[in-house]
Amino acid sequence: MRAWLRVVRLLVQKEFLQIVRDRATLAQLLLIPFMQLLVLGNAATFTITRTRVVVMDHDRSAVSRALVDRLGAGGQFAVVAVTSSPAVAEQALRTRHAAMVVEVPPRLEARLRREGAAPVLLAVNAEEGAVAGLVSGYAQRIVADLARELAADAGARPARGTLAVSARRWYNPTRDYHHYMVPGIIVSLITIIATLVTAQNVARERELGTLEQLHVTPLTRAQFMAGKLLPGWLLGMALFVGAMALGRAVFGIPVRGNPLIVVAGAAVYLVVALGIGLLVSTVTRTQQQTMFVSFFILTLYLLMSGLFTPLESMPGWAQGVAAATPVRHFVWVMRAVLVRGAGGAEVWGTIAGLGVAGAAVLSLAVWRHHKGAG
Amino acid sequence: MTGAPGGRPGWRAFAGFVRKEGYHILRDWQTLLVLLGLPLLQVLLFGFAIRSDVRQVPLAFVEPVPDAATAAVRARFAAATGTFRVVGVVRRPEALDGAFRSGAVRVAVVLPEGLARRLGRGEAAPVQLLVDGADPNTGGIMEAYARAVLERHAAELRAPAPGRVPALVPVPRMRFNPTLASVNLFVPGLIAFVLTIVSALMTAVTIAREKETGTMELLLASPLRPWQVVAGKVAPYLGLGFANVLLVLTAARLVFGVPVRGSLVLLLALSLLYTLTALAMGIVISSRAATQRTAMLAALAGLMLPTLLLSGFIFPLEAMPLPLRAVSNLIPARWFILIVRGIMLKGAGVAELWQEMLVLVALTGVLLTVGVRRLAVRLG
Repeated sequence: MRAWLRVVRLLVQKEFLQIVRDRATLAQLLLIPFMQLLVLGNAATFTITRTRVVVMDHDRSAVSRALVDRLGAGGQFAVVAVTSSPAVAEQALRTRHAAMVVEVPPRLEARLRREGAAPVLLAVNAEEGAVAGLVSGYAQRIVADLARELAADAGARPARGTLAVSARRWYNPTRDYHHYMVPGIIVSLITIIATLVTAQNVARERELGTLEQLHVTPLTRAQFMAGKLLPGWLLGMALFVGAMALGRAVFGIPVRGNPLIVVAGAAVYLVVALGIGLLVSTVTRTQQQTMFVSFFILTLYLLMSGLFTPLESMPGWAQGVAAATPVRHFVWVMRAVLVRGAGGAEVWGTIAGLGVAGAAVLSLAVWRHHKGAG
Repeated sequence: MTGAPGGRPGWRAFAGFVRKEGYHILRDWQTLLVLLGLPLLQVLLFGFAIRSDVRQVPLAFVEPVPDAATAAVRARFAAATGTFRVVGVVRRPEALDGAFRSGAVRVAVVLPEGLARRLGRGEAAPVQLLVDGADPNTGGIMEAYARAVLERHAAELRAPAPGRVPALVPVPRMRFNPTLASVNLFVPGLIAFVLTIVSALMTAVTIAREKETGTMELLLASPLRPWQVVAGKVAPYLGLGFANVLLVLTAARLVFGVPVRGSLVLLLALSLLYTLTALAMGIVISSRAATQRTAMLAALAGLMLPTLLLSGFIFPLEAMPLPLRAVSNLIPARWFILIVRGIMLKGAGVAELWQEMLVLVALTGVLLTVGVRRLAVRLG
C-alpha cells in the first residue's frame, strides 16, 4: 500500500511541476477565479432602482400630476419625461430609453369623478426577462396606493374590513444579492477551472503520445487516475477555500451553519466534478474535442443547475437533468448551510449521495480509460 | 481572389492556403460534427429548459384558527395554480422552520386569529407573508405574486362598499413579448453566448496548436505574410461560424417560433459581423497563449462567466452598479444581444440600432488590430 501511494505521490508531484513551470497557466489559474469573483460578485440581480419611465399624460390634471410624483418618489422609478406625444413614448420604449410608458388617458380625472373608475395604461418593455414582471408589479402597487388615497380623500369608508398585507423575507432580509450570487459564482469558477485542467491534461498526454509511454510503465490504471485526479482536486480545494475567504472578507457572505460541512461537501463534490472531467477525456481523441465537450457540460452546469435561474420553473425533464448534475446538489448544500444555517443532519444525505456518484463516475472513468487505451 | 493569375504575388498562395485550411476542417468530420452540432444542440436544449418566470412555488398556510374567511383566502391561492402549489396548513409559524430550511416551503401566508370576526367588524386584519429570500430574485418575484393574490382578494372584500369609490385601474401591457415567453427572452442571449464561446475557442485553439506543435514556424517560412497566415487560419472558421448562425437562427424560428419582426438581411449581416468579433477575440487570446491549455483556459474560464453575467443575458444591466455597467460595455455579447433582441422582437432597424452597430464595429476593429498585429510581431 505504501509503495502504491508513493507512486501516486510522485505522479502528483510531476503534474504539479508541469503546472508550476508553465508560468502562463499558473497565472491564469490564480488570476481568473479571484478577479472574476471580485468583479462578477457585484453583478446585480433583479433589483429595480431608478428604472426609467416616460409618462404619456393626456389629462394634465391633479390626479395625473400626483401619479407622476408617486412614480418618482419610491426610488424604484425615475420619470425621465412627461409627454403627450405617442410617437415620443413609442420611440423611448423602442430605443430602450425607458423601460415603461405610463399612459394617462384623456379626461381621467373627470371620468374618475363621473364613473368612479378609470384605466391607467402601463406599457412595459418585456424584452428584458423577469424585470418586466417586477416593473409592472411595482407600478401597479403605486397606482393602487394612489387609488386608495383618492378613495380616502373622497371620504369613502369601506363597510367591511379588509386585509393589510405585510411581508417578511427570511434568510436575507436586506435582500443583499451578494449572498445569493457569490456562492454561485464560487462554485461556477472552481468547477470550470478544475474540470478543464483535469480533462485537458489527459487529452494532452494522449495527443502528444506520452500516454502510451505511461502505459508501458508498471503504473496501474487506478494509480494513473489517482495521479491525474489529485492535482485538480487539490487545486480546486485551494481555490475554493481562498474564494470563500475572499467572499467572506469582501462581500460579507454569511456563514450561519458550520463551515466545515461546506468544506467537506466541496471535497466530495470536486471528486464528482473532476471524475466527469476525466470521463470526458476518455471519450475524446484530441484536445480540441475535449474542450468542446467540456464547454457543453460546463454550460449545462451554469444554465440548468439553478445557479442563476430558478429550478422550480424549469420543465420536468429539465429538472431531471438538473438533478443529475453534481453542481445542483452542491450549490444546494452551500446555500442551505451558509444562508439558511442548516446543520449536518439536513445535508449529510446529499453529501453522501454525491460521494456515491463520485465513486460511480470514477469507476466508469477507470474502466473507459482501459478501453480507450487498449 | 481565387488565385487568378496576374494577381498580386502572394494572393495565389494565400488562396491556396485558405483552401488547405478548409480541407483540414472538412477532413476531420468528427470535429466538424461537434463544431456544427454543438451550438445547435445547446440552443435547443437550453432554449427549452431555462425559464426565469417563477412557477409552482410551494406555499403553506399558518392558521391558528381556521374559519370561513381563512378558507376564502386559501381558495384564492388554490385557484392560482401554476404559480403556487399549496403544500400544507399548520397552526404555528415555528412548525415551518424545517420545511423552510430544506426548501420544501418557500412562501407562507400567516393569517391572524379570528379573521372572519375581524373582517366583520370592519377592521383591517393583518396578513403576513413569509418569503424565502435566500435567492433575492425569486424571493422578490414570489413576494410580488403572493401580494397580488392577496391584494386582489382584499380589493374584492372592499368592493361592495356603498357610494362612489374612485378607482384607478392599472392595465399593464407587455410590449414586444406580450406573453413574457421565456423563449423569446433567452434564445437571443443563448445565440450570442454560444456563438461567442465556440468561435473564440475555435480560433484560439487552432492558432495555439500550430504554435505548440511548431508548425507555425513552417508557415512562416512560406512566402505568406504573417497577417495572411492569420487571415488564412481564420477565414474557414468565419464560414463555419456563419453556418452556426444560420442553423441556430433557423432553429429559433422553426422550433421556438421566435419572431423576426425586423429585417432578416440586417440580422444575418450583423451576425456575420459578430462572428468576426468573436473570432477576433480568439485571435487576441492566441496571440498571448503559447499552448492549447493556456488558450483554452482563457477562452473558456476567462470568457464563459463574464459573457453570461455581464451581457444582460440573465441579469438586467440596468440593475448593475455603475462600475460594472462600464465593464459590461466592453463585453461584445452585450451589444449583440441588444441587436438580436431589437431586430427579432421589436422590429428595430438601423435607425434604432446604429449605436450598437457602431460599438460592435469599433470593438471588432480594435480586437482585430491588436490581435493580428501582436500575433504578426510574435511570429515575425
